[in-house]
Amino acid sequence: MVMVLPKRDHRCISDQLESRPPRWEAQRPRRGPHGDHPGGYGRVRRHSGRGPFWRSREDRIIAGIAGGLAARLGRDVTVIRIVLVLSALVSGLGVACYVLAWFVLPAEGSSETIAARAISDRQGITLVLALVPVLVLVLLVASVLHAGFLTSWGVPLLISAAGLILVYRNAEDDERAWLIDSTKALLQLDAEPQASRRSFVVRLVAGLLLFALGVSVIADGALNRSWLRPLGGTFLMIAATVVVLGPWWLRLARDLVRERQARIRAEERADMAARVHDSVLQTLAMIQRSADQPLEVAKLARTQERELRSWLFEGRTPGSFGAEGASTLSAGVEQIECEVEAAHGIAVHAVTVGDSPLDDELRALLAAGREATVNAAKWSGATTVSIYLEVEPKGVSMFVRDRGSGFDSDAVAGDRKGIAESMRARMQRHGGTVVIRSVPGEGTEVELSVPRRPGRA
Amino acid sequence: MNPTGPPRVFLVDDHHLFRAGVKSELGDSVQVVGEADEVPAAIELIAERLPDVVLLDVHMPGGGGKAVIDAVKASHPTVRFLALSVSDAPEDVIAVIRAGARGYVTKTISGPELVDAVLRVAGGDAVFSPRLAGFVLDAFASMPPGSEPPGPLDPELDHLTPREREVLRLIARGYTYKEIARELTISVKTVESHVSAVLRKLQLSTRHQLTRWATERRLI
Repeated sequence: MVMVLPKRDHRCISDQLESRPPRWEAQRPRRGPHGDHPGGYGRVRRHSGRGPFWRSREDRIIAGIAGGLAARLGRDVTVIRIVLVLSALVSGLGVACYVLAWFVLPAEGSSETIAARAISDRQGITLVLALVPVLVLVLLVASVLHAGFLTSWGVPLLISAAGLILVYRNAEDDERAWLIDSTKALLQLDAEPQASRRSFVVRLVAGLLLFALGVSVIADGALNRSWLRPLGGTFLMIAATVVVLGPWWLRLARDLVRERQARIRAEERADMAARVHDSVLQTLAMIQRSADQPLEVAKLARTQERELRSWLFEGRTPGSFGAEGASTLSAGVEQIECEVEAAHGIAVHAVTVGDSPLDDELRALLAAGREATVNAAKWSGATTVSIYLEVEPKGVSMFVRDRGSGFDSDAVAGDRKGIAESMRARMQRHGGTVVIRSVPGEGTEVELSVPRRPGRA
Repeated sequence: MNPTGPPRVFLVDDHHLFRAGVKSELGDSVQVVGEADEVPAAIELIAERLPDVVLLDVHMPGGGGKAVIDAVKASHPTVRFLALSVSDAPEDVIAVIRAGARGYVTKTISGPELVDAVLRVAGGDAVFSPRLAGFVLDAFASMPPGSEPPGPLDPELDHLTPREREVLRLIARGYTYKEIARELTISVKTVESHVSAVLRKLQLSTRHQLTRWATERRLI
C-alpha cells in the first residue's frame, strides 16, 4: 500500500532541489492512526466505513474474517473477535457461520471465493457427502440420549467440518499451508520425540473420558439438582477441550506472535530500503550527473549528510521543522545552517550552547544572524562560515564568522553597508547590538546580542 | 613521539574506503604503521606496533572505538587516541573522550586540518572541535540548583575557570589556537595548556551531564 501524503515543507531540500522527488514522504504515517496502540500492529490497515467486504490478509488469526469484518464495520477487531468467540461457545452455529464466511468471502485483493472453486471440486463434494451418514448417526444418538445439545452442537460442527474440507481442498496455497501446519500441530504429527506423541494420545484419552463424563452428567436424569447438571456437564466438557487442545492453542498463539514479528521486521526493512533509496541513492545519482560541477556535488553531499545524520543519530525525519516550525533557538540556528548551505553551496558549522524558546527578540536575533550568514556566504569568498550562539542568563549572543576576504569597515561598498545597516536597525529595535569586526584578507566576524529581560527563563 | 620523524599513526575504521581516503589525505606528514577494520584486530596490532597516535572510528561493531581505548589504555598508556566519527552527538563525543581519547574530530574534516589535529595529539595536546567546545560549555554551564546530583562539586574538576571558558568560547566560534592566542594576548602554549586542562576536567569530572552523556551513548 502506498500512502500519498500532502507535500510538506522540507527542511533543506525544498527550495533548491525541487526537481527531486519528495524524499521522506512515504514514511512514518504508514503505521496509521492506531499504530501506537499496544498490540495493535495488525490494525494498521483498518479503514473505518465501508469498503469491499473481504477476508483480511494482514489481520488474521484463522481466516481473517474478524479483520475483514472490523474493516468493513469500522470497529475494533478485538471486539469483533470476542463476539465471534462467544457466539461460537454459545452454540456451534457461530463456528458454522465462520466456516461459511470463510467459504464464501474472497480474500483481500482476490476476486474469487473458495466456494466458486469448490463447485468444480467433485472429489471434495463426494467427501462432504460422506459426512451425511455421520450426521444421521449423531442425530440418532442424540434422540436416544434425549440430548438436545448434541443436535445443537453436532449439526453445525458437522457442517463446519464439511466446509473445512472444501476450504482445505480449494484454498489458495498460503492458506492451505497454514491449515496443514496447524493441523499437524494439533495432532502433533510433526513433533519429533515419540514422548510427545504419546502424551498427545494420553491427553486425547483423558479428554474423551472427561467429555463422556460431561455428556453423561448432562444426560443423567438421576441427578436431581437441576442446575448442577448443565453446569457440571459443561464444565467437564470445557475441561476436556482444554486438555486436548490447550497445547495446540499455546503453540498457535506463539506462532502468531512469531509471524507478526517477522512481518514487522520485514516491513521495517522495506521502510529502511525505501528511505535509503529515496534519499541516498537519489543523491548519488544526482552526484554522478553533476560530476563536473564540484560545488554542486559538495552541496548535494552536504545536504544528504545532514539529512541522513539527523535521521540516524537524532531520530528525526528531516522536514519535521519547517520555516514556522522552529520553536527554539537551536532549531532556528540549524535551519539557518541548512538553508544557507543549500542555497549558497557553502559549509556552515553551527555550535549552540544552551537553548531557549523563541520570542520576538530572539527571532530578530536569528533573522539578523541569518542575514549575516547569507552575507558571508555571498561576499566573503570563504568556503565555510561558523555560527556560534550562546545563551547566558544576561543575554543571548550570536557570532557569525568567516575567513574570507574581509573588508575595511570605513570604506564599504554601498551594498554591503546597506546590509549591515539593516541588520543594525533590526537589532536596535529589539534592544540588541551589532558589532562587526573585519580585517581585509583575514575575514569577518559579526557579533549580535540581545539582552534577556529579567523574569524570562 | 618519535623524535626523529613524523608521528607513527595507526588507523582503525571498519570502512575500507574511508581508511584509504584518510591515508591519502595524511600523505607524507605522518607515517601510517598499520590499520585494522575491527576491534579485536585493532587491539592486538596496536599493542604490537605501539604507534604514537591511533585514529579511531567511534562507531564500529563490537563495542566501537571505546572498546579499543579501554583495552589498550591500561597496558600502553603512551598510545594516544584521536577519535573520528561521522556523528558529533554529545553522547558519542563525551563517551570516547572520557574513555581516554585526546581529541575528537568529525569525518568531514579537511585533510590539512586532520594532519594538524594528528600532530597536535602526537605532541600531547588536546584537539577540540568547535562542536566539542560547545558541548563542554554546555555541560559546565552553571546549573539551576537541584539539577546537579547531591554532594558538593569538586571545585578543582567540576568548574571551568573564566579563562578556560573564554578559550572554549573562541574555539566554538571557529578560532584557531593561534587566533585565540592573539585575541586573548597570550601565547599559543598557554592556549594549549588551557585546553589540556579542560580535557582533564572533561575526563574526570563527575558532572551529571557528562556522566549522562557518557552512558547514554548509542552505537549504531
